Amino acid sequence: MSELLQFLLSGVTVGAVYALVALGFTMIYNASDVVNFAQGEFVMLGGMITVFAHAAGAPLPLAALTAVVATAALGVAMNKLAIEPARGAPVVSLVIITIGASIFIRGAAQLIFGKQIHRFPAFSGEDPIRILGATILPQSLWVIGGAVVIFVGLWLFFTRTLLGRAVLATSNNRLAAQLVGINTPFVMTLSFAMSAGIGALAGVLVTPITLTAYDVGLAFALKGFAAAMLGGMGNPKGALAGGLIVGVLEAMTAGYLSSQYKDAAAFIIIFAVLFFRPQGLFGRQSTDRV
Amino acid sequence: MRLTPKSATLLILVALIALAPVFFPSGFYYRVGALVFVNALAVTGIVILTGWAGQISLGHAGFAGIGAYACALAPVHWGIHPALSVLLGAAASAVLAWLVGRPILRLKGYYLAVASLGMGILISMVLNNERALTRGPDGIGVPELGLRAVLKDAGLGLSNGQFWYFLCGIALVVGAWAALNLRDSATGRALRALHGSEVAARTVGMDVARLKLQAFVISAVYASVSGSLLALQNRFITPDVAGFLHSVEMVTMAVLGGVGSVAGGIFGAAVLTLLPQVLTVLAEYEQLVLGAVMVLVMIFLREGIVPSMLRKGRRREE
Amino acid sequence: MTLLSIEGLGICFGGIKAVHDVSFAASPGEVVSVIGPNGAGKTTLFNMISGVYRPGSGRVVLNGEDVTAMSPHLLARRGMCRTFQNLQVFQTMTVLENVIAGFHLQESGDVLSDLLNLPAARRRAKDAEAGARELLRRLGLERAAEREAGSLSYGSLKRLEIARAMALKPKVLLLDEPAAGCNAVETEEIDHLIAEIAASGVAVLLVEHDMKLVMRISSHIVVLDHGEKVAEGDPATVSRNPAVIAAYLGADDAAR
Repeated sequence: MSELLQFLLSGVTVGAVYALVALGFTMIYNASDVVNFAQGEFVMLGGMITVFAHAAGAPLPLAALTAVVATAALGVAMNKLAIEPARGAPVVSLVIITIGASIFIRGAAQLIFGKQIHRFPAFSGEDPIRILGATILPQSLWVIGGAVVIFVGLWLFFTRTLLGRAVLATSNNRLAAQLVGINTPFVMTLSFAMSAGIGALAGVLVTPITLTAYDVGLAFALKGFAAAMLGGMGNPKGALAGGLIVGVLEAMTAGYLSSQYKDAAAFIIIFAVLFFRPQGLFGRQSTDRV
Repeated sequence: MRLTPKSATLLILVALIALAPVFFPSGFYYRVGALVFVNALAVTGIVILTGWAGQISLGHAGFAGIGAYACALAPVHWGIHPALSVLLGAAASAVLAWLVGRPILRLKGYYLAVASLGMGILISMVLNNERALTRGPDGIGVPELGLRAVLKDAGLGLSNGQFWYFLCGIALVVGAWAALNLRDSATGRALRALHGSEVAARTVGMDVARLKLQAFVISAVYASVSGSLLALQNRFITPDVAGFLHSVEMVTMAVLGGVGSVAGGIFGAAVLTLLPQVLTVLAEYEQLVLGAVMVLVMIFLREGIVPSMLRKGRRREE
Repeated sequence: MTLLSIEGLGICFGGIKAVHDVSFAASPGEVVSVIGPNGAGKTTLFNMISGVYRPGSGRVVLNGEDVTAMSPHLLARRGMCRTFQNLQVFQTMTVLENVIAGFHLQESGDVLSDLLNLPAARRRAKDAEAGARELLRRLGLERAAEREAGSLSYGSLKRLEIARAMALKPKVLLLDEPAAGCNAVETEEIDHLIAEIAASGVAVLLVEHDMKLVMRISSHIVVLDHGEKVAEGDPATVSRNPAVIAAYLGADDAAR
């Protein structure tokens, strides 16, 4: 029983990270219909920049803030330099562009940060907390808490603020949003900035647990995508549910089946969703116009 | 007599393969040439899938991995001749592509990209983890094909480098010939048609899902044979052949040269294979360059180098 | 003899009845026109008949077989083909290739013989090309045969779509605004063409805004307004029907 609880706890921890990555996918997808395969690189950059800013002498909170802001800026740059010039390009081109951007970022990270594995200390110590025979790291609470704060904050942003509603309106119908005077390019920029920032924050929170290296991004991107797809592409609630399910299934796979194949859980989910429910748990089927 | 574009492409290809060795300063270049041909073969499959059918796969290296490990494992474990192992790998790749593609190709857009990416990574995960069979990340030896000895007995003595250069060259010519045949056949025309408008393709009676599946299976066989040739040539193979980066390389080569044309794909494969050989300093920057090429080509040269140049040339003629 | 019958067809989009309970029938050699103001549901009706949308209610019966919501490629095998209001041409292929694509059902064989360029595949391709060139000649497009389809004028593209559909030798042909964007000469050509196709025993379903064209060539007219059938009959009857006049004057003041 305590074993099951243990797996659940670690599953929810990584699941919270996947949910944040899935949320990043969702935001960019809603704003621009682009699936941004570089989403995982934002997570890597969040952890990596924090490591180096911290090593350069910045206190941890400042280092983390630097990482989030710098990554958000990079997200904006990516939108301006790679996505906007290709507006209207077919899906195949957009896939190639975002994959290209992710490889580029990874290659740059390898040059700048090296190939080693990096880490920085946990925020509130490393002493595990005991719950009903299972243990949880204080850092896990930071991860879960951080995800809760972001999801609640975004929900408030989208439902309570004018800007948030403008973003929602753009995702519903870009042309109509333009006609009522919404600055849709700004909405695009904002979506990239926010989704890169959220990804980076996820990286900051999880790095003391999972450590980081220049090539961890792809795994985060895939699992975040699996989560987004499971929940229904473009649906923030779905991103949360999907992330937690992927995380827990992964932890169960590692615990009960094989730790070598824990990464396979996400792909099995992708295939299962594609076979049985392509629109995801919360998505609706759409009709094409001719 | 005017040459059709098909025979012109094949003629130029054969001439280049036959004449290039004249300029080789050392035997090493045969090896590089063979590598170009092997990559170009896989890229030709991508041209069929992405250029014509408009579907993108980010996991084709997985099929190359199947082809490669078929040649490493089948001869040792089941006593199958390496040459037949190539066919076995191709058949296995085709079956897997069919199973994976069938449900997914009914869907649109990003799904094939993600599903194929997942499939590729699963394959390389198995190759890395099933040490008892594959010996894991350190790689495994591959038996000798044995054809060179047969040729030698028949009076045609070739160095190892020369043998693989010409064998891979022939494989590429055959692959390019089949792809060009396909292009102007009912199937190839239907693939290009569904790329243009799926709904119109359906109304003229094209079974769109089935056609995409055919393209996926055919391109998987190309990748698989390419992987087999690589393994047999190197006599050694590691799971990297099935890795994500290799899948991305295939796509990048195709879009760089021009994913819509066989000649473009081969040209792209040649450039991206030769570049690191010429500029060895680039090794550090491999991912950086690959990523930049993908983004820049898609923004500034959407059709790729070869079709863009041809278009310019044609305009000048007019 | 009824070839195609539409029985109580309807569909809702997000709770709004886009088309509701529409019925009519078409026989070989007839030209049945569907008219109505913009947004009356004409194209939606076509999309349901041709299998692009799945109808919410009702049936489509072709040659005695229930073909409701059947995939378009299976409908094509049963002799139904269509053109599109917003042009669905294979842009990057040549004009000739576009029409050859219409011969797909006759031309396609097994993939292996296509890959290996076996004599069977070559023969199939040759026959399809000959048929396509003949159709291009009929539609006056033979000089554009080798051009990329995307470079054609709007009127030529409309004709190209018709040529592609004719390549299937359909029993039922749905034409969605074939004369839209065409000048007077082109419209007259299309007029003759439709009459010719119908005379060869094809049941033609037509959506068209050019009322002169519709009145001239239709054997039967179905009038839609707000997704419902408000009138039907021969051209003379329909043009005198008060409901039709109201629908046009009331809803579509850009009247033709």
